[in-house]
Amino acid sequence: MNTTVQTASKPKATLPDPDINEVSKPYWDALKQGKLTFQHCRKCGNNWLPARGECPKCLEAGWAWHDASGKAKLISWVVFHRAFHPAFEDRLPYNVAVVELAEGPRMITNIVIEDAEKLVIDQPLTFMPAEEQGHGIARFRPV
Amino acid sequence: MGTNLSGKAVIAGIGATRFGALPGRTTISMNVEAIHKALNDAGIEKDAVDALYVKCPTSKFEMMYGQKIAEAIGLQPRIGGVWDSGGSSNVIMISQAIMAIEAGQCEIAVVTFADNPKTGSAAGYSYPRGEDALYGWFAVLSSYAMIARRHMGELGTPREAMGAVAVAARRHGAQNPNAQLRKPLALDEYMDMPPMVAPFCRDDCTLVSDGAAAVVVMSTERARKMGVAKPVPVLGFGFGQTSWDVTQRPDMTSTQAKVAGETAFKMAGLKPKDMDVAQIYDCFTITALMTLEDYGFAKKGQVADFVKGGNIEIGGELPMNTSGGLLSETGMPGMQLIHEGVRQMRGDAALQVKGAKHCIISNQGGVMHTHAALILGQ
Repeated sequence: MNTTVQTASKPKATLPDPDINEVSKPYWDALKQGKLTFQHCRKCGNNWLPARGECPKCLEAGWAWHDASGKAKLISWVVFHRAFHPAFEDRLPYNVAVVELAEGPRMITNIVIEDAEKLVIDQPLTFMPAEEQGHGIARFRPV
Repeated sequence: MGTNLSGKAVIAGIGATRFGALPGRTTISMNVEAIHKALNDAGIEKDAVDALYVKCPTSKFEMMYGQKIAEAIGLQPRIGGVWDSGGSSNVIMISQAIMAIEAGQCEIAVVTFADNPKTGSAAGYSYPRGEDALYGWFAVLSSYAMIARRHMGELGTPREAMGAVAVAARRHGAQNPNAQLRKPLALDEYMDMPPMVAPFCRDDCTLVSDGAAAVVVMSTERARKMGVAKPVPVLGFGFGQTSWDVTQRPDMTSTQAKVAGETAFKMAGLKPKDMDVAQIYDCFTITALMTLEDYGFAKKGQVADFVKGGNIEIGGELPMNTSGGLLSETGMPGMQLIHEGVRQMRGDAALQVKGAKHCIISNQGGVMHTHAALILGQ
């Protein structure tokens, strides 16, 4: 029996799951298929993320999901040297970035790079589908 | 343009608990202590108070919290309740009290705040940001660090500028007997600190503190009639909000402190150069730098030159956060800055700026979402 060993080893921490609702479900479903999408307003043409029920520009609810080109630029980034959740303890240091898609929406992501301190504001990036805990997520890498 | 209320009202009294760790104290108990001391400082009886403005504890929202405080001090106010726009709430509540007084809806207002994140729960400060936990996007400080990195990249702001804010706060706090962190910090020590969420190290970040602070607000006329010993006139106030989350904000490197500051300066008939001392919300070092820029003390991108060489320390051109701010005195969201502004205008601050006639105070909430400016005089 290896009960002792199992008791002594720390169970792997699970990440908090995203709060997926009726509006955002198509976004997460598409990401699981490796596709990055954003909301497009049929009335005023505004593009946005994250998912919301109404266009924040014209307040209309007539929008559609569009496929993103995958082109983006780096707005800013930080490097975590401290884990605020146990699931990230063995990933330190890791980066979190804000990127702007070529179509306009901005989103939180991770940049796939060895040393994040080498990144530069506004540098071009490209979409890289990834998976965390059964969910599709959108990472980016420098072009 | 309505009536200009510049100088029509005063802060008549201030009161606070100790700052730091206050284990076992409820936020209601701390509020009562701060209010009691503020009333004594103003030299008035509690029955004269007919308005109670409360900022809800940041770490725990409670429904009808304002009424709980009113009950705890045995008050039946005409106006009472909670306002929440994060750390800008205290200046906004003082301003709203002044407007209500001028409109004849109340005569004497108490504005108060208490929280106990240090010995209670500070969970509110480290939760996942938005729906992005899968990316590791946690903690309030990381949003501010995101802004700092953009400021560095877009405008060339060096970490030394953030260091200057921390060094000034810690130098001033070290001389404040009530400060929670009384250990001075040298710029080279700051530069050598390991990163926590780069570009931030620990010394860029607010303290986490228990404590309460309150003020009494009334008309200048009323204060004169009641013989209030040390009334401090409110010369200007102004507000502004961006609303956008940091990730969505089209311009990450400027804030609505610009609008708030312009409104307050216009109301007071004063300019940044007329300010002798400043209490600038420094939850994170970058916040203070951007507020100085947005208020017009430095051009956008040139704040590093303004803060270097002790210019924001006592003896400099604009002594800032003279009791230590959020980085050294207490992490309380803003009321301590108003108290220190009052002491500077009364002339009885521990680190008094000699001959200071005007003080600007900034409060801000969320991640630079909301902003409020307050100008005090004599």
